[in-house]
Amino acid sequence: MREFKIFIIVAFFTGILYWGVEPFAHTQLHPHVEAPDYTFKDVEGLKDIIGSAKVGAEIVATNCTACHSISIVGIPPPMNDASSASIYGVVPPDLSTSGKLYDANYLAAFIKDPASATLTQHKFKNGASHPMPSYNWMQPQEIADIVAYLQSIAPKEITNKEVFAHACQRCHSIKYGDFYGGTMAATTPDANIKSYMGMIPPDLSQHIRSRSEQYLHEFINNPQKHLKGTAMPRVGLTLESENQVIEYLTEVGESKKAERESLGAPFLGYLVIFAIFAWLWKIKIWRQVH
Amino acid sequence: MSNQTNRRDFLGMSFAAIAAVGGIASLVGMKRAWDPLPSVLAAGFTTIDLSKINLVPGTPQTFAWRGKPIFILEKTSDMAKFDGDLVIADKRYTVAVGLCTHLGCIPAWNKDKWKCACHGGAFNANGQQVFGPPPKPLVIPPFTVNGTILTFGYEGTESKAMIKARVQG
Amino acid sequence: MAEITESFFSADGLEKRLNGKKFWKVMMTEYWIPKDINFLWAMGVVLATTFALLIISGIFLLMYYKPDTALAFDSVNYTIMQEVAYGWLFRHMHGVAASVVFLIIYIHMFTGIYYGSYKKGREMIWISGMLLFVAFSAEGFSGYMLPWGQMSYWAAAVITNLFAGGSLEAYGLVEWIRGGFAVGDATLTRFFMLHVFLLPLIIIKLIVIHFYTLRIPHINNQSSEDIDYDAEAEKYLAGNKKESKVVPFWPVFLSKDFAVLGLFLLFYFYLVFFNYNFAMDPVNFDPANPMKTPAHIYPEWYFLWSYETLRGPFFDILGMRAGDIGLIIFALAQGIFLIFPFLDRDPDILPAHKRPKFFIWFWVLIIDLVVLSIYGKLPPTGANAWVGFYATTVFLLLWISLPFITKSDAKARGAL
Repeated sequence: MREFKIFIIVAFFTGILYWGVEPFAHTQLHPHVEAPDYTFKDVEGLKDIIGSAKVGAEIVATNCTACHSISIVGIPPPMNDASSASIYGVVPPDLSTSGKLYDANYLAAFIKDPASATLTQHKFKNGASHPMPSYNWMQPQEIADIVAYLQSIAPKEITNKEVFAHACQRCHSIKYGDFYGGTMAATTPDANIKSYMGMIPPDLSQHIRSRSEQYLHEFINNPQKHLKGTAMPRVGLTLESENQVIEYLTEVGESKKAERESLGAPFLGYLVIFAIFAWLWKIKIWRQVH
Repeated sequence: MSNQTNRRDFLGMSFAAIAAVGGIASLVGMKRAWDPLPSVLAAGFTTIDLSKINLVPGTPQTFAWRGKPIFILEKTSDMAKFDGDLVIADKRYTVAVGLCTHLGCIPAWNKDKWKCACHGGAFNANGQQVFGPPPKPLVIPPFTVNGTILTFGYEGTESKAMIKARVQG
Repeated sequence: MAEITESFFSADGLEKRLNGKKFWKVMMTEYWIPKDINFLWAMGVVLATTFALLIISGIFLLMYYKPDTALAFDSVNYTIMQEVAYGWLFRHMHGVAASVVFLIIYIHMFTGIYYGSYKKGREMIWISGMLLFVAFSAEGFSGYMLPWGQMSYWAAAVITNLFAGGSLEAYGLVEWIRGGFAVGDATLTRFFMLHVFLLPLIIIKLIVIHFYTLRIPHINNQSSEDIDYDAEAEKYLAGNKKESKVVPFWPVFLSKDFAVLGLFLLFYFYLVFFNYNFAMDPVNFDPANPMKTPAHIYPEWYFLWSYETLRGPFFDILGMRAGDIGLIIFALAQGIFLIFPFLDRDPDILPAHKRPKFFIWFWVLIIDLVVLSIYGKLPPTGANAWVGFYATTVFLLLWISLPFITKSDAKARGAL
């Protein structure tokens, strides 16, 4: 009985120490932010206009393919990555998957005014402008047509790695995705992205370990919440696509997670058996001396 | 020791056995931590396209596979045909690991045979030992053939046949 | 030379040469431990086991780790964590054990303080134990640098900066420790040497000394009673096990150790598999960046209490700069526990619940250390700074008052 009391006291102080240094301290160090909003209700989106993909195809061919490739319908990039990076600061994305990766209302808002949809207006002051011009001179119907077209050409299924490649890899390298082959470097050369963003965006190889899943969702959905003034744009990923990005980060950064979780239970099961036998033997031995 | 060891300590022995099981499992885990890494095993496959490497008949070239030299010789019409040749289209090749079977030095090609500088061993154009201390012909690496492309790392029918011919020949 | 006539290969041959039976008796079956103990007495063996886990997991990490600022991070977080079979398990074991060992050290230390196991003949056990604490602290500090993450780099930068000595401005000393102007490759490789070779050797030697110093004074017991070991051992050996006040190390004491160990291993491996962020801080999964300090840097939890004494005084007092005061208290905090046996002026060995003022002193110390630890993690702004200041002041007052309150207890008992 006395031993049990002593154990409770030790556990009590250990518990308070753990609580103070871990969960409590973390709430102080990382103040609460609002939950992510995947409806992007802060932007003026499609406003319920139904778009025509057929009309959208023509509008896109006329207005967009000067900078953007659409490989899924055979439209190649107008120039190579290095050249476009040096002109625009960053490689313009291929639009094949945009209709699936990004929220439709967000896309509409983005086409109208990229800097405000991405929440990066603070970067484009004193004459600097977003590399993609605003299309707010278009009719809302035309914008809806563009979005409808992009949604119609996008693949129905897309792998985690492809989501990352399309939505993130222009700026972020993820070395561990191909450690020896080197194919998962950022597609925009370092020098260009550094002058465009102000710094080289971090390699994401271990971001699944250095940031929690909750933080990643909050951050990707609106970078300004956690890092006010950051140059990282809000890209408008749907929750489904964002989940795929995080799954990819886990595949690359914590590839042994499944093995760890499946080994844990049997390992602890063995230790329970070990502990039971240890106690039984202790009781047997000490019975002789009490 | 306790004076009452007349009864077997079954509980103690079971406990010891359980602890031993844990110990052995740990040793197995430790052994596996020393296994070659997946990237090392993957890098153990090298591909060579015979049509692209510009072989000059009668002059062998050397390539690296798993850190070892590989000799590839396209035989001239003068060189005798051998059952253990690699035949692709109408050309005959000798493919072998370029390490002397005596003590592992790399022999050098001299006109019509490989001569080892370390202890004077010699191998003919078929890779068979013809002089000196080497006890066996040059080793045939495991490889598969696909058209003119050789992939080193897996055993294929051609490499098996080449090994067999040398044992008999 | 001793006259040994038995052949090497005979039944007795090896026994005559090595005297294994005598050795077994001295070290195990006739090494006498008090019977009146609780599970806290098992912490020594738990520590030895944790140290063994650190060495074994460390050996496997050592096979793949690259001590080079360009290669270190990836050798740990890619090669070991994701390529080597069970590499992740060895890394998690090593990181969690390095943290948990300090929990057990603190429990072990405060058990000693509570029961007076540092007094009257046991001073060398205490001192060798505190030196082990210092050695383990250095081992933990040097080990933390090795993954070369953001915390590794900045903890090294901040702590090596301390050696400038505040107003002393001994910057040459800082550069000498680092092997360069800033923490860099030279710093990494020398701390690698310390972590992998020199400090483990020193720790092992200190453990041997610690075990040796235990033998003559014998291990303490729950009522701090002074036992006549020869008489009690005789009782036990005569078959009077229930009346004897002692038990042999093997199998009786160790059987209790194994039982406690079983529970400990469950706790430990649960953390290894499922709850390890307290030991492997997420910030350290960002590669070291000398150009960018993380928003919050803090040491591992076991250093937080002394880290907070460094930050506690945040305003100048009586002409002394705040930074200098903090540095002095911090330096004091590292060494003060070492001289505990000499600050305690009570001549009797008693558990704390039989020393009324000391009992209060003890729990005030525990609470103060917990408060210092928690506030050592928080940003030192606003109210936090004041809590830190008062907690540091309490810490100072505790040590200043120790000789007086222990004397007072002794006088009240009539022992002084």
